[in-house]
Amino acid sequence: MLSNTGNLILLLNILLSFLIIYYSLKCIRLPNNIISRNIYQLSLLQCTTILICFFTLVAAFLVSDFSLITVYQNSHSLKPIFYKISGTWGNHEGSLLLWVIILTIFSFLFLILNKNHPKNYRLHTLIIQNLLILGFLFFILLNSNPFSFVNPIPKEGLGLNPILQDPALAIHPPLLYIGFVGSSIYFSAAMASMITNYSNKLFAQSIKSWVLISWTFQTLGILVGSIWAYYELGWGGFWFWDPVENASLLPWFAMTALIHSLLVLEKRNSLYFWTIILCLLTFILSVMGTFLVRSGILNSVHTFANDPSRGIYILIFLSLMILTSIFFLFKKYKPANDIINSNSKETFVLINNWFMMFYLITVLLGTLYPIFTDALTSSKISVGPPFYNSVIIPIVIIFLFLMAIGPQTRWIKNKFTNFKNIFYIIAGSIIINFTIVYLFKSYSFISNLIIISSLFLIISSVSDILKTQNINFSRIVSHLSFGFLILFIGLNHNFSEEKDFNLKLGESKKIDNYKFILQDLELTQKSNYKSVVGVLNVNNLSTNEDRTLKPEIRIYDNPQTLTYEASIQTNFLRDYYLTMSNIDRSDYYNIKFQKKPLMIWIWISVIALSFGGFLSLFRNAKNN
Amino acid sequence: MKIKIYALIFFLHFSSILSANQIVDQNTIHKNLRCLVCQGQSIADSNSDFAQTLKMVVKDLINQGKTEEEIYDFLSDKYGDWILYKPKFNLENFLLWFFPYIVLVVGGFIIVFLIKKRSKKV
Amino acid sequence: MPKTIKFIVLIVLIFLLGVFFISLNKSTDYNTEHLIGNKLNKIKFESLEHKKIFTEEDFKKNNYTLINFWASWCAPCRIEHPILIKLSKEQNLKILGVNFKDKKINALKFLKDLGNPYDYLAKDTSGKESVNYGIYGIPESILIDNKYIIKKKFIGPLNLKDYDDILEVINSL
Repeated sequence: MLSNTGNLILLLNILLSFLIIYYSLKCIRLPNNIISRNIYQLSLLQCTTILICFFTLVAAFLVSDFSLITVYQNSHSLKPIFYKISGTWGNHEGSLLLWVIILTIFSFLFLILNKNHPKNYRLHTLIIQNLLILGFLFFILLNSNPFSFVNPIPKEGLGLNPILQDPALAIHPPLLYIGFVGSSIYFSAAMASMITNYSNKLFAQSIKSWVLISWTFQTLGILVGSIWAYYELGWGGFWFWDPVENASLLPWFAMTALIHSLLVLEKRNSLYFWTIILCLLTFILSVMGTFLVRSGILNSVHTFANDPSRGIYILIFLSLMILTSIFFLFKKYKPANDIINSNSKETFVLINNWFMMFYLITVLLGTLYPIFTDALTSSKISVGPPFYNSVIIPIVIIFLFLMAIGPQTRWIKNKFTNFKNIFYIIAGSIIINFTIVYLFKSYSFISNLIIISSLFLIISSVSDILKTQNINFSRIVSHLSFGFLILFIGLNHNFSEEKDFNLKLGESKKIDNYKFILQDLELTQKSNYKSVVGVLNVNNLSTNEDRTLKPEIRIYDNPQTLTYEASIQTNFLRDYYLTMSNIDRSDYYNIKFQKKPLMIWIWISVIALSFGGFLSLFRNAKNN
Repeated sequence: MKIKIYALIFFLHFSSILSANQIVDQNTIHKNLRCLVCQGQSIADSNSDFAQTLKMVVKDLINQGKTEEEIYDFLSDKYGDWILYKPKFNLENFLLWFFPYIVLVVGGFIIVFLIKKRSKKV
Repeated sequence: MPKTIKFIVLIVLIFLLGVFFISLNKSTDYNTEHLIGNKLNKIKFESLEHKKIFTEEDFKKNNYTLINFWASWCAPCRIEHPILIKLSKEQNLKILGVNFKDKKINALKFLKDLGNPYDYLAKDTSGKESVNYGIYGIPESILIDNKYIIKKKFIGPLNLKDYDDILEVINSL
């Protein structure tokens, strides 16, 4: 029953999209500047039906209707209700439905919230957005239908992968999707702007809020994903430069560049085509990321069930998108003649964009290079964290310095006093850096530079607050928290301790200034898993501090899976992180103990960073 | 004058640090080795049979006095370059290592060019 | 925009999409088959039953040697065992069994129950020795000739097709 309802609504949505396109085309030809009422009504109806469609799927998960193949493969009747619901978008088919919902809702909101912009521009945006919606609706119906039927109906579902049964991962996809699927609306708007020649600062105003919304959610989405990786995957890291993680980072770089170049377009009516390229690039990168992740051409920790036919479909869609964008870009491109002064804000925005493009291309190249070598020369290589760290980090140092100087462009005009200022700040950063190194007695060349440059950014941002009256809070908050983010990552990376060893029950081991005892192994039985809880005593020999950590090995029932739960003790100064895993055919356990300083501040910095995005959004809403 | 002193402090500070950093670090090596039987994990993050064995082998090689590079060469000889998360500098990976910097330099030139060209028209 | 730039951009994008298309039809699975054709430099294994060390000297006289890594705890090894038994009847081929991370009692019981196809029986208790041969999971088998050149590599249990492949190589003399 639910299967038929779902399919019917999907078909209805296709019809609605066609109708919207039809009426929009008709409306464009009319000489007035009014969008006819039925377009609004259809768009609202489209939103409502797609939401109903989604709730139908949620209902199917809630009542465990295993006649739907998606429910059968990703749910189980004994699963907690919360994870039954989150299971809806925890799989390929359901998450595509979420895609379409965001495409549709953004399409509707853009239509009703931009009433003071020209009719033709809005209608063209609507048409292009609906073409995107149609593309995904057809993909869902033809290839990834969440309402597909299984016959005979299975009695029980296969269950959701236990590492996905986590609150962070339940909210991770929606946040991330609002981010990168949300970028579709300024893809459409950019196309519409080129087609209708609506290329002034008003165009920048019409998309600014959307860029800020998507950037903020993308930031939060990446954060939640990292937190999940830290808590759930048990390696103690939060970023692995995995292809899937990179796929979410690439649009983020493009969005960050876009936010900055939009400022120039809005204030100075300059950099129009560059802004358009960034709008197009953001969504193209989002779709490309989806292609890489879902088609299975990459090896990654996070796997979706792979199927080459999906790959073909998204690839065709991606190619069409790219080629159309390029076509309009080539057709409409006019060399600009706006004035850019070397000591103006524009220059520093350009510098920001320059670095963002560097990061983007580095990460893109690192992600795609193994595919290239495999396809062209059949040699398989891996590109992982050590590559990205060694290419990107040295450049981050320069970037942070420029980021600190950038907003205060008058420094260049009156050179003397300001170079003195810069030197005071650098000297201050170096002294603080030395103090930190002296206190913790551990250092490496590159982390020193990272810490100095991030301190430089922090100090100059703070002095900026103290000096100027009319300050842009959102900018300060974002830049300051970015400085803190890099600082904390640097400190965390540099001063973390890691011990890796094997231990059996009752045994004790002394490593450096720690003594570890595996005191006990407790067996517990929970509703959907059994677990072995290790009781590990960790004694810090230099301070004689005693603590007990309780890592777990869990055996989940449906599906039968082994997971390792880290035991984490957090406070504002450091995290203690310990995982225990069994070694096959042995009574030894592999123990990984980590002390990670200032871990929680990394999360807080990212929250503050996205808060800067929210602030800017409110300011923008108030001004317009 | 002041600048020179700062520069000197800078230089001394870093040169002393560079020389202090020569020990072969086991964890760094583990993090650069891909666990071949896992999904996208390094052997530092994995407890699989393979990762356990490889950790022992790395330890032996360090005790034999092998340098980090020699250990990587040994293992990539046995398992292929797939096992290294940090691809080697060679002809095949030339673009991977240098293209980002080429972009950086070219981007810099474009910006300088743009500013020069456009600010003249004031 | 100059035509050349347009052209370059277009070529780059088409190249990118083309590579994506090619890789869609390629398997992403990793294996060590690129080692075929390499020479095994040093062969050194401890014997499982006796105080003896096997070196390349022991295999010099064989036309072909199949090095098979196995263990009693490994379920797929049971599956491939009948194939090994069949192969042990071949004249041109000697089989070296390397018992991997196993206990001697269990290993000998396994062979007693299922038959012993091995001409040489060696052990690698720690698993470290196998790294020298690029082993990353068992069962794995390596076919070498009398010059210690790797002719074939088999990852996972041997099947009937592998059996035919081996026969083809060893009877091609």
